[in-house]
Amino acid sequence: MPADTVSVTGWGRTAPTTARLIRPRSYEEAAAAVRECGARGGIPRGLGRAYGDAAQNAGGAVFDMTGLDRVHAIDADGGTVLCDAGVSLHRLMEVLLPLGWFVPVTPGTRYVTVGGAIGADIHGKNHHVSGSFARHVLSFELLTADGEIRTVSRGTPLFDATAGGMGLTGVILTATVRLQPVATSLMSVDTERATDLDDLMARLTATDHRYRYSVAWIDLLARGASMGRSVLTRGDHAPLEVLADRTRARRAPLEFRPGSLPAAPAWLPEGLLGRTTVGLFNELWYRKAPRERSGELQRISTFFHPLDGVPHWNRVYGRGGFVQYQFVVGYGQEDALRRIVHRISQRRCPSFLAVLKRFGEGDPGWLSFPMSGWTLALDIPANLPGLDGFLDELDEEVTAAAGRVYLAKDSRLRPELLSEMYPRLGDFRALREELDPRSVFTSDLSRRLGL
Amino acid sequence: MKDAFGAPQSMLVLGGTSEIALATARRLIARRTRTVWLAGRPSPALETAAADLRVLGADVRTVAFDALDPDAHEITLGKVFAEGDIDLVLLAFGVLGDQSRDENEPGSAVRVAQTNYTGAVSSGLVCARALQAQGHGSLVVLSSVAGERARRANFIYGSSKAGLDAFAQGLGDALHGTGVHVMVVRPGFVRTRMTTGLPEAPLATTPEAVATAIETGLRRRSETVWVPGALRLVMTALRHVPRSVFRRLPI
Repeated sequence: MPADTVSVTGWGRTAPTTARLIRPRSYEEAAAAVRECGARGGIPRGLGRAYGDAAQNAGGAVFDMTGLDRVHAIDADGGTVLCDAGVSLHRLMEVLLPLGWFVPVTPGTRYVTVGGAIGADIHGKNHHVSGSFARHVLSFELLTADGEIRTVSRGTPLFDATAGGMGLTGVILTATVRLQPVATSLMSVDTERATDLDDLMARLTATDHRYRYSVAWIDLLARGASMGRSVLTRGDHAPLEVLADRTRARRAPLEFRPGSLPAAPAWLPEGLLGRTTVGLFNELWYRKAPRERSGELQRISTFFHPLDGVPHWNRVYGRGGFVQYQFVVGYGQEDALRRIVHRISQRRCPSFLAVLKRFGEGDPGWLSFPMSGWTLALDIPANLPGLDGFLDELDEEVTAAAGRVYLAKDSRLRPELLSEMYPRLGDFRALREELDPRSVFTSDLSRRLGL
Repeated sequence: MKDAFGAPQSMLVLGGTSEIALATARRLIARRTRTVWLAGRPSPALETAAADLRVLGADVRTVAFDALDPDAHEITLGKVFAEGDIDLVLLAFGVLGDQSRDENEPGSAVRVAQTNYTGAVSSGLVCARALQAQGHGSLVVLSSVAGERARRANFIYGSSKAGLDAFAQGLGDALHGTGVHVMVVRPGFVRTRMTTGLPEAPLATTPEAVATAIETGLRRRSETVWVPGALRLVMTALRHVPRSVFRRLPI
């Protein structure tokens, strides 16, 4: 089985470590790789979109699961798909859209695997309606530390430990996922601007329930009266009747054409995204958004995955990489959210991809991130002076508000805060201890945070 | 594991009573470091150093280590690495010697060389291998500006640091791509016990300043760090001064 010793990082390109990258081409090879991975263990990896160190394993093995990417069966009547865990959501969209089905949950990129989607229990713009990814998974096959393959169904402890378990319970081999029916491959989108944070929160609170998908881009560099000014984009899959007659869209309503720009070059100088450039970008982005527009038709890729159009966009942060910070605080903790947004805007963190949204009910995964409340995600160049201490202070605010940060994006959390953020951490550790006493499944994340 | 900002969670100090090392440990404990190993010759000073760091909230352990006993390095340091990953090894032992005495007593000059160079070669290689097996970690080597060009006033010490510096650079190149990062730190005149009573050189600095530079270097994954940074320029110039002139400079 092919194996190379390579330097591995997450999407944020910080903290590289070296591991043997193993690419199993069959379930048997995957089982052999797990049995033989050695004293420093192994961790499954998909397309490497986790921002931090979740799919790194210094000195050990990393199982690249993208070679196992077969779509086994589609139930086009019932709306389920059985596929390998190495299949990307991009591939699923290519296969399923022509049949009138869409993935139940998609994050801001299509380039995540089904295994990664379960392992991080990803959420999308529809969390307030549909919950996170694992809620739509009926069952999966899990290769555990003993080299056995177990079928894991919803509602079992192993399912709930694996959903959001960051790959530490085993390697997911296949999954059966329930799908979302769609009539077209276009989105009908309403856009509006909010002048400040309170305006934004009021608009989201009052009208979010009317939309299946909802998200707000927020300008975190804006200060004073316009602090928190934002652009809301919300919508749903467009029904067939809104497509104009005799157009290409009407003739082929389920066609999926994501489109792509050239990749960001491999080497870009650091500091490209400073306060000035990001400030200009944010100003333009806010001004160019319509004050109010409804029913605009957008492609799936434009609405959900604007950044996927630029392959390797993570390189624009230069060699130093970047840190993504995402937290959630419950409803009733709006003051904590205001304080945090205020501090970020005072601090002038150059973040051009800050996103605020409302989560619905939390999900059963023990380490699953979403809980009902407000979530803010932002990315910041890692070389910003004093950023480490500043984010530690934000963690304190988040913890005091009984919130948490997202492990799939974390690369710097203080381990002591973890059990406060994730009350079921004890159960997770106990199950791991029993299922995998030798810690075969180990990652840099699990070493760093003591998961 | 180190975090995205290069802050280590565990560190091993070779030369556990070094003021620069302890200043660095204090700084890193204020960030993420929770486990500290202080390796050094057993002494009350070593235990005091450990106790001082414990007060800051770290789990501090001491281990008997003698730079002049390279045969024991493999076993002693092996035990430390067997207890868990080490994110940062700080190679901080060294002696200044007494130039005028050492010139007349070759035996004591050799001790300077053996401590600063031979001891570092053996312990550095042992740690490098262990870090390589981990697939991550930093080895920070405290060199000196004195190693950049030997001066009449302290060429015995200077030559030992020159050897150490060249060794650490080569080791860094050998480990490139293994996930292990080697950083050479070249402080100028640092106000410590080692330099008490000596005439202070220009651009003198403090252990705390060196500690800050080490933390920044870890964050940037630097290969060479000068403290203060202005020494880089000064030494670039001094390197090219002809010997006949250099030996007469009042430095």
